[in-house]
Amino acid sequence: MIKGTDVTLRGLSKRFGKVWALKGLDLEVQAGELVAFLGPSGCGKTTTLLLIAGIYRPTTGEIHFGERRVDHLHPKDRDVGMVFQSYALYPHLTLFENIAFPLRLKKVPDAEVKSRVQSTADLLGIGHILNRRPAQVSGGQQQRAALARALVKEPQLLLLDEPLSNLDAQIRLSARAEIRRLQRDLGVTAILVTHDQAEALAMADRVAVFSTGELQQFATPDELYRKPKNTFVASFVGAPPMNLIEGVFKERAFEAGGFRQGLEGPHPQGQGWLGIRPEDIELRAEGTPATVLVVEPLGREALVMVESGGVRLQVLVPAEAKPAPDQQIHLHLPAEKLHYFDRTGTRVGP
Amino acid sequence: MRRYAIPAFFLTPATVLIVLFFMVPVVATLLLSFTDISTTTLSKPSWVGLGNYRDLLADPFLKKILANTGKYVALTLLFNVGMGLVLALLTSLVPSQIGDQFRALWLLPRILPPVVYVFIWQGLLTQAPMGLVSDLLGVSKNWIAAAPWSVVILANGMVGASFGMLIFTSAIRAISRELFYAAAVDGATTWQTVRRVILPLLSWPILFVTAYQTLSLLTSFEYILLLTDGGPGFYTTEVWSLRAYHLALSNYFGNVEFGLGAAMAAVLVLIGILVSLFYLKIFNFQNLVVEPKVEVN
Repeated sequence: MIKGTDVTLRGLSKRFGKVWALKGLDLEVQAGELVAFLGPSGCGKTTTLLLIAGIYRPTTGEIHFGERRVDHLHPKDRDVGMVFQSYALYPHLTLFENIAFPLRLKKVPDAEVKSRVQSTADLLGIGHILNRRPAQVSGGQQQRAALARALVKEPQLLLLDEPLSNLDAQIRLSARAEIRRLQRDLGVTAILVTHDQAEALAMADRVAVFSTGELQQFATPDELYRKPKNTFVASFVGAPPMNLIEGVFKERAFEAGGFRQGLEGPHPQGQGWLGIRPEDIELRAEGTPATVLVVEPLGREALVMVESGGVRLQVLVPAEAKPAPDQQIHLHLPAEKLHYFDRTGTRVGP
Repeated sequence: MRRYAIPAFFLTPATVLIVLFFMVPVVATLLLSFTDISTTTLSKPSWVGLGNYRDLLADPFLKKILANTGKYVALTLLFNVGMGLVLALLTSLVPSQIGDQFRALWLLPRILPPVVYVFIWQGLLTQAPMGLVSDLLGVSKNWIAAAPWSVVILANGMVGASFGMLIFTSAIRAISRELFYAAAVDGATTWQTVRRVILPLLSWPILFVTAYQTLSLLTSFEYILLLTDGGPGFYTTEVWSLRAYHLALSNYFGNVEFGLGAAMAAVLVLIGILVSLFYLKIFNFQNLVVEPKVEVN
C-alpha cells in the first residue's frame, strides 16, 4: 500500500519565450484522489503535469507535496511516477530492465529488484513477457510496462500523460477501468492529463478543465456536467456538446433571430447565451416549430440536427422516435434544463 | 524473369556506377600489383607475380611503418570518436542556439583547404616570437619537431571529430524527448541519462563513425605529409599510405612505380577489410540491423 500525497499548486505560471503556457494556477489535489486535467491541445494541461514532475521549472508560483515544497527539486528527488503518451520505454532494454530502471538507479539490491519488478509486473499481467524488448510486445503491453515502471518505486504521486490515447478503442475502455481500480487499490494520488472528456468524466474523482493556459473549472464530473461555469466548459464537456445560442435576454424571453424561447423565473438581461444539452430537448406535438436537417443514427439513439428561426440545434432522441429529414417538428426546451450565460460567457444563476 | 525486370531496371544506374568506379579500380589495382609497371616500363610492363609483395616484406622498415600506422589510426580514431561524442553531448545538453553555433565553429577547419589549415598549425607552433603556443607557454620551441605525434593526431583530430559530432548530434536529436523526461522522472542524473540511455542508443552511429573513420584514416596522409613529411628524423611519423606515396610515387629516383604502389594499396585494402570484420563482430552487427520497411515481391 502506497501512501498518496496531497498536491497544492499556488500561483503557478510558466512562460516559454513570450508565450504564457500557464497563467496563475491555484489547485489542490487531495491524497488518494484521481484528478483529470482536461482541455484541448495547447491549453496548459501537459505543461502543468511537467511542472509537477519537475521537467519544467515554474516561472512563478509554488508546488507542494503535502508539507514539502518541491518546485526547486530535481525530478529524481520528487518521488513521482509518470506514464507518457508514447510510453517512453527504453528501446534497448528488456521489459524487465525497463521496469527495474528506477530501482537500479537507486542501487536497490539485486534480489529485491527481482522480486519487486516481478510482483509489479504480475499485478499488471505482464509477468510472463519480461524478457522481451518493447518493440516485441503489443501497444497495450507497452502501456502496462510503462505503468509498471512508474509504480515499481511506489511513488506518492502518479502522473499520467494521455496514457490511453495510443491504444485501440476496445483496449482503451478496459485499460480505463483497470487504471482506476489499480489507483484506488494502491491508494496513490494520481493526475491524469487527457483531451478526451469521456475519459476524464469516467475515471476522475474531480476534473480540472483548462483552456488557453487558464483553469476554467475544477469540480466533480457530475457538477461539471450539470453546472458548467462558462460556455467553454459547457461546450467542451459532454458529447454531443451542449447547444449554445447567442442572443438577447428580454423580459421573460430569449430571442436569437427568428428563434424565441419563453423564460420563467430569474434570468439575466441583455446580450448572452442560452444553453441546453441535446438530450434535454424533447420532441412534442406542440412547441417551438423546427425543421429537421440531418438525422444521424447512433444505435440506441439518434442525433438530429434541426433548425428553428435561423438557429441550429442538436437533439438526441430515442432511435425509435427519430424523425425524417425535412420533417416539420416541434421542440420543447424544459425550463429547468436551461443554462444561462452572460455576454462574457460566464454562467448566471444556479 | 518479369519479377526481376523492374527491380533490375531501377538498380542499373547504381550498379553501373559501382562497377565502373569501385569494382574496376579494385581489379585494376590488383592486376597492376602483380606487374613491375613504372614510368620506365610503361610501354612493356612484365608480370612479376608476387614480386612486389616480396619486396614489401623484405623492407627493413616494415615493422616501424606498421607500428606507426597502428598508432596513428588508433590514437586519432580515439580522439575523433571520443571528442565527437563529447562535443555532440555537450552541444545537445546546452540551449540549442549556443550548441548550434558552437558546432558551426567547429566545422570551420573542415571547409579549409588542408594546406591552409596546416599553415595555420605551423604558424601557431613555430618558435617565438612568431609562434603563438611558444609565446603563451613562454618556451620557445618548434613544437612540431618537439612533439610530432601529438601535433599529427591533434591536427587530424580537430578536423575529424566534427564528423562524429554531426552524426552523433543528429542521432541524439532523433531520440524522443519523452525518453529524456522518463529518465529524469525515473531518477537519473544527467550523467546516468548519458551513460544508460543515450550511449546505448548511439551504438549504431558509433559503429558507423568508427568503421568509416578507421578506413579513411588508414588511407589519409595529407596532413602528415604537410606537417612532418614522415619526420622529424628517420620515419618518426611515416605511416603506410605515406610510405606508399614516398616509395612509389615520389621516390628519390623520380621513377613512378605504379606496380609497387598498387601492391601497397592492396595490402591496405586487406587490412581495412579485416578491421571492418572485427568491428562488425564486436558491435554485434546482426543485432543492429532493422528489418527493411519495404518488401519487394
